[in-house]
Amino acid sequence: MAQTVPQDLKYTKDHEWVRREGDELVIGITFFAQEQLGDVVYVELPEVGAEVQAGQPFGVVESTKAVSELFAPASGKVVARNDELVDAPEKVNQDPYGVAWMIRIAPSNLAELDALLDAAAYQKYVEEQQ
Amino acid sequence: MSLRRTPLYDAHLRAGAKMVEFAGWEMPVQYTSVLEEHHAVRNDAGLFDVSHMGVFVFEGPGALEDCNRLITNDLGRIENGRALYTVVVDDEGKVIDDVICYRFSPERILVVVNAANRETDFSWFRSKGAELRDDSDRWALLALQGPRAQSLLQPLASVDLATIRYFRFAEAHLAGKPAIVARTGYTGEDGFELFCRPEDAEALWTALVQAGARPCGLGARDTLRLEAAFCLYGNELTREYTPFEAGLDWVVKLDKNDFVGKEALLRQRAEGVNRKLVGFTLEDRGIPRGGYPVLHDGREVGVVTSGTMSPTLKKPIGLAYVPAELASVGSTFEVKIRDKAAKARVIETPFYRRSR
Repeated sequence: MAQTVPQDLKYTKDHEWVRREGDELVIGITFFAQEQLGDVVYVELPEVGAEVQAGQPFGVVESTKAVSELFAPASGKVVARNDELVDAPEKVNQDPYGVAWMIRIAPSNLAELDALLDAAAYQKYVEEQQ
Repeated sequence: MSLRRTPLYDAHLRAGAKMVEFAGWEMPVQYTSVLEEHHAVRNDAGLFDVSHMGVFVFEGPGALEDCNRLITNDLGRIENGRALYTVVVDDEGKVIDDVICYRFSPERILVVVNAANRETDFSWFRSKGAELRDDSDRWALLALQGPRAQSLLQPLASVDLATIRYFRFAEAHLAGKPAIVARTGYTGEDGFELFCRPEDAEALWTALVQAGARPCGLGARDTLRLEAAFCLYGNELTREYTPFEAGLDWVVKLDKNDFVGKEALLRQRAEGVNRKLVGFTLEDRGIPRGGYPVLHDGREVGVVTSGTMSPTLKKPIGLAYVPAELASVGSTFEVKIRDKAAKARVIETPFYRRSR
């Protein structure tokens, strides 16, 4: 099932995406990630105010069969989290790049974004994985 | 070592299955969605390929006695045409496998064993002097499960399926081909397990799918069996545990003539068990998973064997071995999930019971 990778996002090799919105970063998981996981039935996210570290786990998504950690694409302080996913984790399957965003952070070092994959590189990476 | 494939391998690929390794076999874990497949079985009809399971045959004079000596349940108490769930234990009473025996006659018993244990079971039976044959490659097995299973299968069947009641079976024809139709399953729903020749499997599969059965993978099979609190070999049942610890007292017939493991089980019956398998739910957020430690008063006292978010009940459920004093309904303990201790409460099993 091919799906176009949104051009305006940056990506990790762990299949998270990050979108810059003003001074903040919005983070979620990719279409490929949710497809690999299967039906998402549980999402665990950090509290607002928590610090996340680039490359370190900040939460967990679980499908019927698998437990998968979420890795932060960039460091910063959590300013919002998507509590809707607690009651409706299936949204991660339905709209991973949209309504199923996971956290919003105030980044401490925007230069970290330069180390991430752009859409073309991520697309290629995913194709290699398949 | 290359993985084994069932006769339905091509059909699975055509249906878009995601294939995984399971017990040395390449099997479908899901087609579209584990949840959708799960609900199809609860509400409609789902179709599973279980051809990876092993099929042994005890045949000839003394077949029943031969087989009965190797199992804890009693084939002597059931009529011909009935199936029997049982465990196979070693001399210490520890579980080697859980199997279903089909009694055709005292001279012909068919035994369906877990795929992962096919070789182990066969050599174990042989080491105990039994005469048997491994017929696994001569059968394909399909499980048609769900409230609509009977109405969907009837048009293909040469027998009135209503006459085959729970845990009974009949030799019949399905779509004109020889088959064994058993009213058994591993989902907690009504349904049938169908034995057919490998060369007939794909046509039968296709006919059932065209009739409206939804192909289901191992993912849904696991969430379904867990809601029904059926043990899974490798999780709840291993060489670590006895059937009494697993709550399978009802499959151990200690008044039966001599059988392998009887002495050890008599001893355990007299002494009682120190740990028991229980069903629990979580009162905190989280999903229990096999291998997570069970904590009580800050100490590790047991282990979760299986767990999931129940698709039907929409709450976390799990099975765990806990100390006997924590095994009654309402008892509480904690399950260690990553760095947290989630509160758990023992509840009645099965977690899900179908309405009849």
